Amino acid sequence: MNVDMNSRKEQMKQQISQELAIANAQQLINKINENCFAKCIQKPTTSLTSSQESCLSQCMTLYMAAFDQVSRSYVARISKERGGAGIGL
Amino acid sequence: MSSAAGIPALDDASKKELEVFLEQEQAKAKLQASIHELTNTCWNTCITGSISSKFSKSEAQCLENCVDRFLDSSLYIVRQIEAQKQQI
Repeated sequence: MNVDMNSRKEQMKQQISQELAIANAQQLINKINENCFAKCIQKPTTSLTSSQESCLSQCMTLYMAAFDQVSRSYVARISKERGGAGIGL
Repeated sequence: MSSAAGIPALDDASKKELEVFLEQEQAKAKLQASIHELTNTCWNTCITGSISSKFSKSEAQCLENCVDRFLDSSLYIVRQIEAQKQQI
């Protein structure tokens, strides 16, 4: 009975974490598409050209690098403002 | 302590634990949402040229400073408003 309840509890936690991770990834993908479409597809034609595709893949990499940089700066700043207490992402 | 569908019910301690866990996850979600917004803002502010395999030096520099200056602006604006409020 107790084991049942514990596993149910852990299962709920895992499910919540997983859903949050999925939502976060979806948000990143949407932002990448929004910003990289704007950068790479100035004029939509009947299909993507190979130069547009290579722009998109470079842009993806760069956007993720920007995301990493912003995460690091933001987390560092928050820890600093809170007097050095670390927070986990 | 079993509920209708054969799902074990949770006792008070477990409910409390899940509540705390949920609050932490919500705080995490809020932080992640801010990071998405900030990345979007800093991308639009800093990445002004066309896309190549890496950032230009000035773009990289801009990205590095962007978050701190955004937060400085926010603090500055709040302080200005506080100061104006005191003059009335």
